[in-house]
Amino acid sequence: MILGILQQRVWSLIRELGELAQMALEAARSLRLSRPSWRDFIEQLHFIGVKSQSVVVTTGAATGMVLCAQTYFQFHKVKMDTATGAVVSVGMCSELGPVLASLMIAGRVGAAMAAELGTMKVTEQIDALRTLATHPVDYLVVPRLLAATVAAPLLTAEAVAVGILASWMVGVHLLGIDSAYYFSNMNRYTVPQDVITGLIKATIFGAAIAIISCYKGLNCRQGAEGVGRATTEAVVYSSITVLVSNFFLTLFLTRLIKG
Amino acid sequence: MIEVRDLWKGFGSQPVLRGTSLRIERGEAVVIIGRSGGGKSVLLKHLIALLQPDRGQVLVEGQNLCGLNERQLIQVRRKFGLLFQMAALFDSLTVYENVSFVLQRERKHTEAEMRRLVAEALGMVELSGIEERKPAELSGGMRKRVGLARAIVYRPEIVLYDEPTTGLDPIAGARIDQLIRRVWERLGVTSIAVTHDMASARRISNRILMLHEGVIYADGPTDQILSSTDPIVHNFVNGIVPADPQLAN
Repeated sequence: MILGILQQRVWSLIRELGELAQMALEAARSLRLSRPSWRDFIEQLHFIGVKSQSVVVTTGAATGMVLCAQTYFQFHKVKMDTATGAVVSVGMCSELGPVLASLMIAGRVGAAMAAELGTMKVTEQIDALRTLATHPVDYLVVPRLLAATVAAPLLTAEAVAVGILASWMVGVHLLGIDSAYYFSNMNRYTVPQDVITGLIKATIFGAAIAIISCYKGLNCRQGAEGVGRATTEAVVYSSITVLVSNFFLTLFLTRLIKG
Repeated sequence: MIEVRDLWKGFGSQPVLRGTSLRIERGEAVVIIGRSGGGKSVLLKHLIALLQPDRGQVLVEGQNLCGLNERQLIQVRRKFGLLFQMAALFDSLTVYENVSFVLQRERKHTEAEMRRLVAEALGMVELSGIEERKPAELSGGMRKRVGLARAIVYRPEIVLYDEPTTGLDPIAGARIDQLIRRVWERLGVTSIAVTHDMASARRISNRILMLHEGVIYADGPTDQILSSTDPIVHNFVNGIVPADPQLAN
């Protein structure tokens, strides 16, 4: 009985992963075959990029501040106060910036994408698109995928910059670290590869969030419950994908970029 | 010409279509009637390949739609227009953007030409001048008429109607029927509707097919089907609940 349920779950997961990969390939094919609508792309870029700024900036600032405080409290014990800025900077650029900004994007944008496409599905608007000789991937998925792929690294860069600035304010003005040493150590230990790693990760996360959320929306079950479930699953699956793939990307990119 | 050969479709363990076969010639006005949940809409969606059958064939002008992928179907679907049960207008777009959707995607027409074609289509459904309104600002009847304008603006050869009068009052329903008849007469399209509204079936068809237990049970000219003495057809057409539970189900 339990084995049967487990087997069913595993098959269902494998099938979903296969369909997800198929949708990603279809999106790539669409980019090759048809010209994406510039207007739809800009609209999505505005929705994903501009409208996510407040939540991403807040997350970046809060993370920078608390990371600075915690690092300072530990480093102060061994008289390494001035290394605080370096830890914050490296951490924000390569790990916390892309991961936390992407989690915020998954929560805000992924949920909205799944809910919008799910509602279109249950009200037959997706079928209407198909009858109007339009592939849903061309019209709905590709602009969202492109916009998320462009917006995620930009939002990450913004979160990182705000986080470092916030950490400097806490470290220098609240905790009394010398500003010159703070920046000097930050520059010394933060290398361009840290920034590049973070931005590559954010680009991949942005694409993954868009594909997963669109897939969940386009395959949602009938009724309000179906839309609710698709929305929840889009956020949960996107977040798990960001967290798990971050580990493997860290290993892979560190070897690839840093050598 | 549309031909359906031995079409089977089930959802889970529930069979809906059990070997349906039919043939519709170019220019006909056909209505498919049958009980609610009897598979009429499922059959209609197979005609435009929105659903793929478990078994059987759907041929449009000799081309089998079963097994074609979504991109291959784009060209075939260009021959069809479909009015959905709840209109299925894109709620983020205006009436103009909805009606001109295919024209905008094809990028073959200038803005002025598209404006003219949309105005013509809206004129045909008696809704001129509402181009800038959003679907949320329209009544149920108006939404269906906009849906009809969207289905005919690019001059399809075949127009499908899924329960065109469902949810409308008798006057609004009769008006939709009038427009369906007008589209069939003026544009010379093949018209295929599914409905369980017998008054509507009488107004918009010259041939009726009755779907019963997953197969075409009756097929004939409208008057002949509506006056049929076959107990199953007669009871359905006249809304009679038979005493025999076998016939009721």
